Amino acid sequence: MKSVTLEVNGKKVTKTIEDHLLLSSFIREQLNLTGTHVGCDTSQCGACVVHVDGKSVKSCTLLAADIDGSAVTTIEGLSTNGELHPMQAAFKKHHGLQCGFCTPGMIMSSVDLLNNNKNPSDAEIREWLEGNICRCTGYQNIVAAVKEAAQNS
Amino acid sequence: MASSMIGSRVERTEDKKFITGKGRYTADITLHGQTYAFFIRSPHARAKIKKVDISKALAAPGVVTILTGQDIIKDKIGGLIAGWKIVSKDGTDMKLPAHPPLAHDQVNYVGDHVAVVIAESLEEARNAAELVNVDYKVLTAVVNTASAMTSEAIYEGIDKNLCFDWELGDKAKTEEAFAKADRIVHLKLNNNRLVPNAMEPRASIGEYNSSTDDLTLYTTSQNPHLTRLVISAFNGVHPEHKFRVVAPDVGGGFGSKIYPYAEDVVIAYAAKKIGRPVKWVCERTDSFLSDCHGRDHVTEAELAVRKDGIVTGLRVNTIANLGGYGSLFATVTPTYLYAPLIVGLYNIPAAYCNVKAVFTNTAPVDAYRGAGRPEATYLIERIMDQAANEMGMDRAEFRKKNFITAFPHQQCLVHNIDSGDYHAHFNKALELADYKGFAKRKADSAAKGKLRGIGFSTYIEACGIAPSSVVMSIGAGVGLWESAEVRFNATGNISVFTGAHSHGQGHATTFAQIVADKLGVPMANIDLVHGDTDKGPFGMGTYGSRSLAVGGSAISKACDKIIDKGKRVAAHMLESTPDEIDFKDGEFIVRNSNKKKTIGEIAFACYLPGTYGEIKSPLPAGVEPGLKETAFYDPINFSFPSGSHVCEVEIDQDTGVTKVVKYSCVDDFGTLINPMIVEGQVHGGLAQGIGQALYENAYYDETGQLVTASYMDYAMPRADHFPEFKIEYTCTPATSNPLGVKGCGEAGAIASPPAVMNAVIDAIGTDISMPATSEKVWQALRTKVKSAKKAA
Ligand code: FES
Ligand code: FES
Repeated sequence: MKSVTLEVNGKKVTKTIEDHLLLSSFIREQLNLTGTHVGCDTSQCGACVVHVDGKSVKSCTLLAADIDGSAVTTIEGLSTNGELHPMQAAFKKHHGLQCGFCTPGMIMSSVDLLNNNKNPSDAEIREWLEGNICRCTGYQNIVAAVKEAAQNS
Repeated sequence: MASSMIGSRVERTEDKKFITGKGRYTADITLHGQTYAFFIRSPHARAKIKKVDISKALAAPGVVTILTGQDIIKDKIGGLIAGWKIVSKDGTDMKLPAHPPLAHDQVNYVGDHVAVVIAESLEEARNAAELVNVDYKVLTAVVNTASAMTSEAIYEGIDKNLCFDWELGDKAKTEEAFAKADRIVHLKLNNNRLVPNAMEPRASIGEYNSSTDDLTLYTTSQNPHLTRLVISAFNGVHPEHKFRVVAPDVGGGFGSKIYPYAEDVVIAYAAKKIGRPVKWVCERTDSFLSDCHGRDHVTEAELAVRKDGIVTGLRVNTIANLGGYGSLFATVTPTYLYAPLIVGLYNIPAAYCNVKAVFTNTAPVDAYRGAGRPEATYLIERIMDQAANEMGMDRAEFRKKNFITAFPHQQCLVHNIDSGDYHAHFNKALELADYKGFAKRKADSAAKGKLRGIGFSTYIEACGIAPSSVVMSIGAGVGLWESAEVRFNATGNISVFTGAHSHGQGHATTFAQIVADKLGVPMANIDLVHGDTDKGPFGMGTYGSRSLAVGGSAISKACDKIIDKGKRVAAHMLESTPDEIDFKDGEFIVRNSNKKKTIGEIAFACYLPGTYGEIKSPLPAGVEPGLKETAFYDPINFSFPSGSHVCEVEIDQDTGVTKVVKYSCVDDFGTLINPMIVEGQVHGGLAQGIGQALYENAYYDETGQLVTASYMDYAMPRADHFPEFKIEYTCTPATSNPLGVKGCGEAGAIASPPAVMNAVIDAIGTDISMPATSEKVWQALRTKVKSAKKAA
């Protein structure tokens, strides 16, 4: 057991946890932030993507205890003052989601893409999202959403 | 506003919760005092269970209970069922093995359910599971589809592992067509086994209240009412009126969540038994092993053709793999959902199809996006190409020569096709795809050292499943109507209840558009309720592209009843007669006058019939208070979406990598309610179909181990696998439902595999099976070069 302090969506939380608790489990089970999803057990699907210190990571590949002191943003923390983040708004406008299961990971991953590349091409968007699987949308409207968000941010 | 709602690209009302992380999927639910379940699954494809020793595990920390097949027997929990009876051609009924939710004497595939450990935490359940000692006597597994009939029988009493040997069509007439044919074209095909892979893994939570005797099951289902019916009536877990099934937000289904699984039955049963909530969430590896798979056909087909290119007959023999047991829709998928469509959208006067369905020691196979129709389309579209090529005819022209052109068209097999215009969508697709410019593009690719091919797929599907009297006469265990309730509240807003279930399809938006259009009430005042057996009327769920055609029609019918009652009330209030009242854009108007009442006023009057201050709203004699109508809609026919898809691929000869570089399609889905949502459905279907053609394959080794049981081994299509799809529509409204809609959910997955494969074969000039992976393409190109050298 280990005590960890994280800043999650702007709030400090301190918990005593098992050393081997995955960040994804920590977020879902200890903090009840169930917007972060778990879609696989081999770190392939990207449903669990969150930001740790501003960078997108698959939260199922990290141990919560290993990132003591970090700032974590989950999908719940993306919008400010009830205003949708431009990426969230663009996903809605372009029908970039169907069942919504991959969506939190897709959005968190796409936000990080724009942090790295303000104006990505279609090919660059598709390549960046290679680590996020969506079974519903065929990706086309996700690409359209990311392009729109790039224009609006 | 009213009529503009149909055909309008309304943004989805359900999106906000999903993009902000506020969706509520089954795994997100935590109940007070819940326990955790972990299933012990068979590591063997086929084995006798000699003994299950749970004594050590029971004593492990945190364990609440462990249930095995013996408990299932003791508590008389019934087996899982196959819901559609197929009769073999010799008149005998299909043969099915028993399918207990927890096996007690034999396991029949890797992942089969042996026991469940229930503990205070998931970790404790998992640790205790390690201590359960199952003594197996391993038997030889039957794995291969083609050779299953000649392998050792898996089940006593099921000869040759044969579930049924079924036929459809006029055999004699078909033989005659072949006897007279100028040319007979032969083709052997494999339709590869797929894993549906909805991104949300299955999950179930059971909760029992012993003081009220209420049992609730939260589960990842496309079909909560049917789940309740089956678990109640067949598994005998709990009576239907005291049993509630809730399917909250569900993260995709594609067929794999239509039916209750062993885990659902066991979780409901266990919660009742221990009197505490039990939660189970599937891990992805277990999803690969135990979700029902799709497809898995081996087929030989022959086409009889006249020398002028007119097709006169089709003869098909298919072996369909059912896996280890008969799953709920497993038997209808390779029969009535498949065989009637083997003739596609062509006017073929004679056809015959024989289907042998076999059991193997693999995961059960059931309906997966398209269910039978992709297999039929793959067959006919591949053999049409083969025929055109053999006869030296243009593949597009050859198709056009054989299209059905007059409607209604009675096929030689089953269906009476009400409407369509196949030339219209094919011509439009050829233009969209710039077929004329293909030769130039091919030359450009060749200049870069690449091979380029083009492939067509012109398809038809039978959707809007289905007229109850028809399906029940051919073995269905249930009717396939749909229900709706439109409930006005006194303040004028509306709750709409549907028996369909949305798990990505956007019903909350599309169905509200229908109601807004019919009743002239703004979308914001309409709420759609689904997925909870305690809320709406019994319904049949979502699959087979049926929700809009059948469920939407039920809603439309309920709205008609509301308007009807509204007219009677309005007539009374306006001192007129109901047949003098017109209803338009939310207002009841006395014809040729300016006397009118809004539908909101009528709703208010219905709930507050009498005098209330200024308002006088007496109801006419004999009219009950309230404004709420229920409708059950049973379609008079299937609907028949069709379309033309054109795929272009470019192949790197050095690596064998195939890239889909252009994909154009024109579909006829009848009337479109929300084109934006329809496009999304097409995109998703295309991704799955292209996935089947180029990447995906569920592969069992000869001992029955699933080699492709994770995303590292099973190739899921990713964003960078696809070009931008070009999508357009034509429209011939369906005549079989009041909305004129045909269904769009499965089209992409049905049409695209043959479009892609015809393009690949066009590029490499030799036959190849799905999935056309880079390795297979590379091998095929090597073999071709070698045999060309030998010939020279
Ligand atoms: S759950 Fe983290 S990548 Fe799939
Ligand atoms: S929207 Fe369903 S998996 Fe992406």
